[in-house]
Amino acid sequence: MTDIPDIPFLSLAIWIPILGGLLVLATGPDRNAWMARLVALLTAILGFAVTIPLYIYFDAAKVGMQFPEARSWIAYFNINYHIGIDGLSLWFVLLNSFITILVVIAGWQTVQNRVAQYMAAFLIMSGLMNGIFAALDGVLFYVFFEASLIPLYLIIGVWGGPNRVHAAIKFFLFTLAGSLAMLLALLYLHSVTDSFDILVWHRAPLSMVEQSLIFFAFLAAFGVKVPMWPVHTWLPDAHVEAPTGGSVVLAAIALKLGAYGFVRFSLPIAPDAAVAYAPIVIALSLIAVVYIGFVALAQADMKKLVAYSSISHMGFVTLGFFMLNPLGVEGALIQMISHGFVSAAMFLCIGVLYDRMHSRQIEDYGGVVNTMPKFAAFFMLFAMANCGLPATSGFVGEFTVILGAVQYNFWIGLLAATTLILGAAYTLWMYKRVVFGAVANEHVAKLTDIGAREFFFLAVLAACVLAMGLYPFPFADAMHTSVNELLRHVSAGKLH
Amino acid sequence: MNMQTLYLLVPIAPLAGAIIAGLFGKTIGRTGAHIVAIAGVLAAFIASVLIFLDVQAGNTFNGALYTWMQAGGINFEIGFLIDKLTVLMMLVVTFVSLMVHIYTIGYMADDPGYQRFFSYISLFTFSMLMLVMSNNFLQLFFGWEAVGLVSYLLIGFWYERPTAIYANMKAFLVNRVGDFGFLLGIGLIAAYTGSLDYQTVFDNSQNLVVQEVSGIGWPLLTTICICLFIGAMGKSAQVPLHVWLPDSMEGPTPISALIHAATMVTAGIFMVARMSPLFELSEAALSFVLVIGATTALFMGFLGIVQNDIKRVVAYSTLSQLGYMTVALGVSAYSAAVFHLMTHAFFKALLFLGAGSVIIGMRHDQDMRNMGGLWKYMPITWATSLLGTLALIGTPGFSGFYSKDSIIEAVHASSIPGSDYAFFCVLAGVFVTAFYSFRMYFLVFHGKARFGQPQGDEGEHGEHSEHSEHDEHDHGHSHGLAPGQKPKESPLVVTLPLILLAIPSVLIGLFTIGPLLFGGWFGEAIFVSDNHPALKEMAESFHGWGQMLLHGLISMPSGLALAGVVMAWIFYVMWPAAPAAIRRVFGVLHTLLENKYYFDRFNEIVFAGGARLLGKGLWKQGDQNLIDGIGVAGSSRLVTLAARITSLFQTGHLYQYAFTMIAGVFVLLTFWLFLA
Repeated sequence: MTDIPDIPFLSLAIWIPILGGLLVLATGPDRNAWMARLVALLTAILGFAVTIPLYIYFDAAKVGMQFPEARSWIAYFNINYHIGIDGLSLWFVLLNSFITILVVIAGWQTVQNRVAQYMAAFLIMSGLMNGIFAALDGVLFYVFFEASLIPLYLIIGVWGGPNRVHAAIKFFLFTLAGSLAMLLALLYLHSVTDSFDILVWHRAPLSMVEQSLIFFAFLAAFGVKVPMWPVHTWLPDAHVEAPTGGSVVLAAIALKLGAYGFVRFSLPIAPDAAVAYAPIVIALSLIAVVYIGFVALAQADMKKLVAYSSISHMGFVTLGFFMLNPLGVEGALIQMISHGFVSAAMFLCIGVLYDRMHSRQIEDYGGVVNTMPKFAAFFMLFAMANCGLPATSGFVGEFTVILGAVQYNFWIGLLAATTLILGAAYTLWMYKRVVFGAVANEHVAKLTDIGAREFFFLAVLAACVLAMGLYPFPFADAMHTSVNELLRHVSAGKLH
Repeated sequence: MNMQTLYLLVPIAPLAGAIIAGLFGKTIGRTGAHIVAIAGVLAAFIASVLIFLDVQAGNTFNGALYTWMQAGGINFEIGFLIDKLTVLMMLVVTFVSLMVHIYTIGYMADDPGYQRFFSYISLFTFSMLMLVMSNNFLQLFFGWEAVGLVSYLLIGFWYERPTAIYANMKAFLVNRVGDFGFLLGIGLIAAYTGSLDYQTVFDNSQNLVVQEVSGIGWPLLTTICICLFIGAMGKSAQVPLHVWLPDSMEGPTPISALIHAATMVTAGIFMVARMSPLFELSEAALSFVLVIGATTALFMGFLGIVQNDIKRVVAYSTLSQLGYMTVALGVSAYSAAVFHLMTHAFFKALLFLGAGSVIIGMRHDQDMRNMGGLWKYMPITWATSLLGTLALIGTPGFSGFYSKDSIIEAVHASSIPGSDYAFFCVLAGVFVTAFYSFRMYFLVFHGKARFGQPQGDEGEHGEHSEHSEHDEHDHGHSHGLAPGQKPKESPLVVTLPLILLAIPSVLIGLFTIGPLLFGGWFGEAIFVSDNHPALKEMAESFHGWGQMLLHGLISMPSGLALAGVVMAWIFYVMWPAAPAAIRRVFGVLHTLLENKYYFDRFNEIVFAGGARLLGKGLWKQGDQNLIDGIGVAGSSRLVTLAARITSLFQTGHLYQYAFTMIAGVFVLLTFWLFLA
């Protein structure tokens, strides 16, 4: 593609949702809720629309950043508004902007108080997260990274369940503690290179000691965000208390921020440390896959179960990255995209049930298929995607990472492959208890099947899950160059 | 129409049927649904016949349809491999599927899930065709899992029954255990050959033999084959992963015939035959296959003897016959395995559909103790079931005779480790098969009519569901015949498939044994190493089906089969009190069989219970007590403690602050003076 229109698509993808969010806030009190919803929806659609050219004009063969924009921001410290994307970040900008539309639609009726603030929080967060994926300046990244905590904190703290304050604080403190370590690393890198440019940092020569300290600082920040075992316990609490939309964004996008950090910061900035400490990360990832798989089996709360399942699936992502082979890294990136669809769909499904029954306890359900057959069909598809069934998106990443793992080491492949059994066990056991069986009680008997709005967002996600499962080619295709470049960079190292 | 379009049509037509019947079932109605579904499968069948003729003329095809994904330098493709092995499977699958589709019109006539059922079985047909037509491991795995999914959906078709939704989850999970091994095998293949394309992998097989799995030092090819075979053990229900198949009888009978007898469960057999270029190079893997198969063939047969549910007898017989096929694979008689797969598909589908017809006649009572003397009331069902049973036990001349006898002969001729044990198992298995088959036959069709009586031993219905069958799904039918009621022959849509299946059950063997087994019909599709000459030696002494028939009349297997029939006749017709007497004498043995060797109990306690316990333990102790309790709450307590200690310094008394300040200045000064 030679003639890219001279439009700053990337900046638009960041600022349209943020400015739109402020506009939504301006609609004020709940008597104008319809206006808030409408403006929010239009903003979300526009925000997604401007990301489509990013894919169309994306040159999969090109090494380096595309759609770059650079402006001086704080000249004194050499801090710039420098953004751009490559094959590692492209899909997350699209995914994030896309999920935002669904979140707005999902909250259309279910949120009735402080509608404007609710919608604004999601839109602003969406813009901030696009900023994280696009930022090429350390300070810019950090600002977006920290700022994105605030809307999510508010979403859980204001629209959440009974224990929302505890969950919100736990979430906030965990992630903040992690990112303080990262701040130190960023400042140190600035002191060494005199620059906040991430691409400069990629090239900066660093000793093994420096790399190690930086690596663990980043590990603290991103590990919490992913979340990796053993710093994962904030996630189930946060999910349980978050409103449906909050859970969707948290699972589909926010968790990806940490994983993305590994490939944008840890691996290229501290490549030798990454190679040296990869076994540690792999071990933690395998614990996440196996240990958390068992823990998920024991859950009585649907949201907790899916939250634990998320941790287990994200374990595949970190596992894939740190095997440092192309199958692993590409599989991990694909797993991130797929998890965006599948976890969003799972939480939306639970939201559909929660809206009707006001319970997330598995034991309160049973025989839902009798009263909600359409819903049951969608839920089945997403449950199967969650178990990684072929022809769904869930399969692609899991399969590729397992192939990469067997290539790396048979035993690691074997442990990773247990997810085939564990994932199916906890997902289908939940499905059986909730959906199958005779009508369990009079509440289930009174359930009404999904309406047009719910049908719409579930159908859209179902289409995504199936399309990606049947033809993942374009997803992987956009990544090859960047992944190969990353792995080449890592294996070259910085120590000579 | 060019051939490639035709290849594509075979899986796509049933898929289209499934989608239309599934998504628009309400709009097109019941008749619309079954017309669409049957049209799809019929189109696939006709296309398969055309492809068969084309392949017969010597044309094969191996090519990609589209590139699914590229990653890590590996091309993942979706494509077809059309050769003799494939086309035979396509014919079997589409034909049996077509019969089952037609039969379903009658069997599911009153079911509210009629359209859904048609959608599922068409989807199954699509998945199974994708599996057998694949030219690569990715698509094989796709088909593998997809048939598992449909099986899951169909076992749990009557989702209100607790037993059905237990059985379907169990089936899926046990299959997943197999798939776990299967995926590791595929992973090793990808890691060491850089490709998932069959042909490329086969071309590299000599390289795989000499390598080891890096890091653990196991011989690579043997590891690959055993991993792949673990997948086959799940899907083809070999001990110890067989536990799901008997429970799968919770599904409606048509799918028991299609999925859990004729086609899906043979996927593992097909896969190993397809992988013959790999398995042939590993003696250890073949021995493993042989021993597992032999154990399944005999010991699952025993269990058929103590079952009272008509479908479960047929289910255990399926397990046992799958064991025979696996044995054939183990002794490198791949073509015999596929041959038995084919004959078995016909006569086992016939037996299942016959059992289904009996069940319709008995108003959904499946307990054989309530049957007896049915031949008078259901003549077509009776006659076709008799033919199926005769084929199953290997009566000389019937299709089952040719395939089973060939397997026994091949085991006899083989010298691979474990073949002696296997030979004993398959011979003893012949007797057992004849015994339980005719036990069922006599109990159902002959002897005193026991139906229409008030049922005395309700509790003994045991695992079969009295719970819901009558109230929800039978729509006014009572469970079983009311006193005085007589069973009626089933309608034509039910009996026609029986007749159409009875024909190949009897005849297909004698027509096809020559070319299939000894004529090298499979050609390149199946590879047998020169080190395993069993089948080749047999070919030399084979002089046509007639000669084999004559020889069969006086052979040991036929004698054993006859003994089994006679014994069944003695026990269940002549002297019906005998079984009870024997049960008293061999109480322990009987209990062992009744409890299916305690496999289920063991899995329930150790694996299911253990996993739940472990999960709870890790959650409560690991997450809640250790990480949150000591880690998170601990650090928050630490902060509180630190705050409390530091707050002690903020007393608000000026003299304390002043004193601290002076002390501080003093310390700093000292420090500075001495250092400088």
